[in-house]
Amino acid sequence: MQSSRRPISSLSRRAALKFLGAGVVVGACWSRSAAQGAGGLIKVGFPVPLSGPYGSEAADQVRCAQLAVEDFNKSGGLNGRMAELLVRDDKLNPAEAVTRTLELVEKERVDLIVGSLSGAIQLAVNETCKARGMTYNALGVSDRLNEASDFGPTTYHEGLAPYFSVGALGRYVFSKLGNRVAYLIADYEFGYEMRRAFQVVGERMGVQVVAEVKHPLGMQDFSSLFPRILSAKPDILCVLNFGRDQLNALKQASEFGLKDRMKILVGALSSNQRIAGGAEAYTDVVGASNYYWKAEEMFASSKAFNAAYAAKYKGGIPSDYGSYGYGGVRSMLELARKAGSVDPVALSAAVGSGFNFDLYKGPQMIRACDHQSVQAVFVLRSKGPSEMKSPNDAFEVLEVAPPDDTKLRSCAELGLKT
Amino acid sequence: MNSMSILAETSRAERWRERRVFAWVQRHRVAAAAVTLSLLPGIVPHPALAINILIYGLFATGYNLLFGYTGLLSLGHAALFGAGAYACGIAIASGGLPWFAAILAGIVLAVAVGGIIGALAIRTRGVYFGMVTLALAQCLYFICYQWVSLTGGESGLRGVSVQAVSLGSLRVSLIDPYQKYYFLLVLVIVALAVFSRILESPFGAVIEAIRENENRARASGYDLRWIKWISFVLSSAFCGLAGALNAIHLGIVSIDTLFYTTSGTVVMMTLLGGMGTFFGPFIGAALFLSLEDVTASWTTHWQLIAGLVFIACVRFFPKGVWGSALAMVRR
Amino acid sequence: MGEIPLDILALQILTGIALGCIFVLVATGLTLIFGLLNVVNFAHGAFYAAGAYLGVFAFGYTGSFWLSLFIVPLGMAAVGMVTERVLLRPIYGRGMSYPLLLTFGVGYVLVELIRILFGTDGLPFSSPPELRGSILLGDIAFPLYRLFVMAFTAALLTSLWFLIEKTPFGLIIRAGARDAEIVKVLGIDTSKVWLLIFALGTAVAGIAGFLAAPMRGVIPEMGVTVLIEAFVITVVGGMGSLPGAVIAGLLLGIVVSLTSYFAADFSNIVMFAIMAIVLLVRPQGLLGRPEAAR
Repeated sequence: MQSSRRPISSLSRRAALKFLGAGVVVGACWSRSAAQGAGGLIKVGFPVPLSGPYGSEAADQVRCAQLAVEDFNKSGGLNGRMAELLVRDDKLNPAEAVTRTLELVEKERVDLIVGSLSGAIQLAVNETCKARGMTYNALGVSDRLNEASDFGPTTYHEGLAPYFSVGALGRYVFSKLGNRVAYLIADYEFGYEMRRAFQVVGERMGVQVVAEVKHPLGMQDFSSLFPRILSAKPDILCVLNFGRDQLNALKQASEFGLKDRMKILVGALSSNQRIAGGAEAYTDVVGASNYYWKAEEMFASSKAFNAAYAAKYKGGIPSDYGSYGYGGVRSMLELARKAGSVDPVALSAAVGSGFNFDLYKGPQMIRACDHQSVQAVFVLRSKGPSEMKSPNDAFEVLEVAPPDDTKLRSCAELGLKT
Repeated sequence: MNSMSILAETSRAERWRERRVFAWVQRHRVAAAAVTLSLLPGIVPHPALAINILIYGLFATGYNLLFGYTGLLSLGHAALFGAGAYACGIAIASGGLPWFAAILAGIVLAVAVGGIIGALAIRTRGVYFGMVTLALAQCLYFICYQWVSLTGGESGLRGVSVQAVSLGSLRVSLIDPYQKYYFLLVLVIVALAVFSRILESPFGAVIEAIRENENRARASGYDLRWIKWISFVLSSAFCGLAGALNAIHLGIVSIDTLFYTTSGTVVMMTLLGGMGTFFGPFIGAALFLSLEDVTASWTTHWQLIAGLVFIACVRFFPKGVWGSALAMVRR
Repeated sequence: MGEIPLDILALQILTGIALGCIFVLVATGLTLIFGLLNVVNFAHGAFYAAGAYLGVFAFGYTGSFWLSLFIVPLGMAAVGMVTERVLLRPIYGRGMSYPLLLTFGVGYVLVELIRILFGTDGLPFSSPPELRGSILLGDIAFPLYRLFVMAFTAALLTSLWFLIEKTPFGLIIRAGARDAEIVKVLGIDTSKVWLLIFALGTAVAGIAGFLAAPMRGVIPEMGVTVLIEAFVITVVGGMGSLPGAVIAGLLLGIVVSLTSYFAADFSNIVMFAIMAIVLLVRPQGLLGRPEAAR
């Protein structure tokens, strides 16, 4: 070729080789042992989506988690070792969540990680923690996390499994409200998991599926889906989505007269959307929730939790998704207390045949084979604005389904060793 | 003399003049990059951020070949990054292939995707080029979203687990962040060396000619469509490599990798650093990611700061940080 | 799948047209700005969201939906003018990439400002009491408000058409879209024209946002999907062509509505596939200028 194209000079080539060698040597020297701190503070990493559409839910999770750490420390900590919460923003983005997790594990040297609201993100964080032997307690609602392909000995799951929560909702509703059912499903894993839960319960109760309509995530206008649903003449419409999609679907369903013709169910009730969108859209909608403050009428631990929250946060009440932050952090710290250490192997061993606790919503148990937190589910009906006796009087408790691990998928079904 | 050698002569003469001024850095730009990047883990707050800078720097470099050097604004480069990531990820998670084969698979798929998108997009120009790339990239996004059995769909691809890498008798642990960094650094430096060669070749001169004055380049007798397509394909190779490395680094591939926001991010980084410069993309990636990392720990409204910095850049420093610095030095 | 009964078909088309009206309004603003200024406005979705927030805020202050509907275009026009004068004008000469990238940044910043000022959860907003309620079409109750949106869009488009076809200002717009250089040579202050066009486009986007607010809610991210939809429509209709935007917008609304009947989860990919096909087969769209594209 022409002489203007200069050959790689011998200088550059040597320089490159030197750097290659140096880099490997430096890397080897800089490699540090993965041993956790032996004493001192128990560091709990807490990555949640503080920026973005679920900022409010995440902010309440942080508040509840800080309360959990305080309660744990007040009761003596782990043989005098106090806990500390390190909050991070995962920006509702899996790559960012993994980066934050790596920062917590590698730089901050946390002892355990609790967090995530989104199903996809907690799978990503779980993958990262699994590879590094870091204990992770996921707060998001998901079935997938406990399955053999994703589960690991360091995986814990405080969030509900839709199989259980939606199952409880189905068991309550299908027996009372009718038997022709239509499904409006968001086109992602969570929507399908809720659908499957209803399917299992529905088959057992002889329910007839008259329409099944899927919608893309983030669909703002549901109007084009209603004619088909209406023409199928269902008794019940199950709205299986979350967040803003849920609010818009309910609002528009109301406008298009669906509420007058059928009962509307929501697989995972979001109290935050009800506040953001106005109680009107949610009137008479029945849904499953993990927590409602009126649980204090049933459980002493709820009363204490609500009171502590109100004291620390000037009269507020903990929200449904927020309270996961409390349970998720506190249960792991209590498990550590039982184990006498925060070592992942010790924690897993401490679960034994089941770790029972009652921290904020009555009796709960971490199941041995899949570390799922078996807990109560609240079946709630949303009150209309005129029925509400106070701004916090948002729901009527229709049923409290007790924790029952026979209603969960068995570990054999999940592909795990029992 | 034919047009090709006239062009080569002119650019050679110009380069000779430039060389007298920063002969050193220009001549050894790959080495200079290697040195600076070797020191990166010591500068940034945590190693995962350094690795992200490395990967996005490479991604932006690949993008820069098309945008900065050839002058084609693509708005769908997420498709190439994502194709590389998914191919590598699937090769490891489902195919059980070793890391080098998986990375190669990433590059190959990205090149294939780039070849198709490029061939279709090259037929248009101006803003339509951007729109075509955007539309086609979004189509790929939706295809991968729906193809759950292959990609994991919205839940993402998990199981891209490479715990360690054996180079002969040397065992590099990819769990240790610093070993991982230097391992990836070696791959990136090799890629940069290839990139540098491309830029110095006659091809490199031609694509810059296209950027400066397309009609003139056409009049000089070059087959623009062919050259633009080659540029697109080469750009895809680097972006695909970046994607593959990203899959190995994170251990997952998320569907967001293919979404247009990723395309937007790489454009921002390239512009921030300085388009059409060698070091610009890495500097842009470093600045952007560090800015994000630092402001996110102060406030949840970090996007405001990132957006304002970006606007300031476009408005006042269109050459980007490095480009403006270069311009100041040259004056 | 099966056939779709005739009354349901009619209903799907009607909902499609109502859907299309918002598409059309947003695309109109976008295509106006591109047609004359040659700027691809990536901040358009943010202006849409800002219009909604401005309207809700004005409603909170005045208590009147109609007054807010009047305030929104004025407020958004001001925002547009400031953006054009301060940020865009200085960089016009540099080629198409820079204004595009600048508007991209503006969109980012505007959305975050909305989050800071109004929170991330969104604001509740309902249609005015006069427009609540619905009319019965077969089995379905079609909301009055959506009929109002269709009527209002038609009225707005008619006034825009009048402005462009029958007024001297409109003549300048049409001439400028054809050949900006000649218009300048003829002595017309194009910078003022561009300022007004950008303001007009932004105002229309803002109105669209406010009109959509009672239907779809008000959240900071509301403009993100709308922007992409607007691009699809503008491309299909032809960038720079107002009638193109109208036809493409309504068509796309109907297509999305019909796709929703059979497979709603594919409605997004159908939109992008259409956009890609149009760009490859006929890049100037239905009614755009052929010489711009290839």
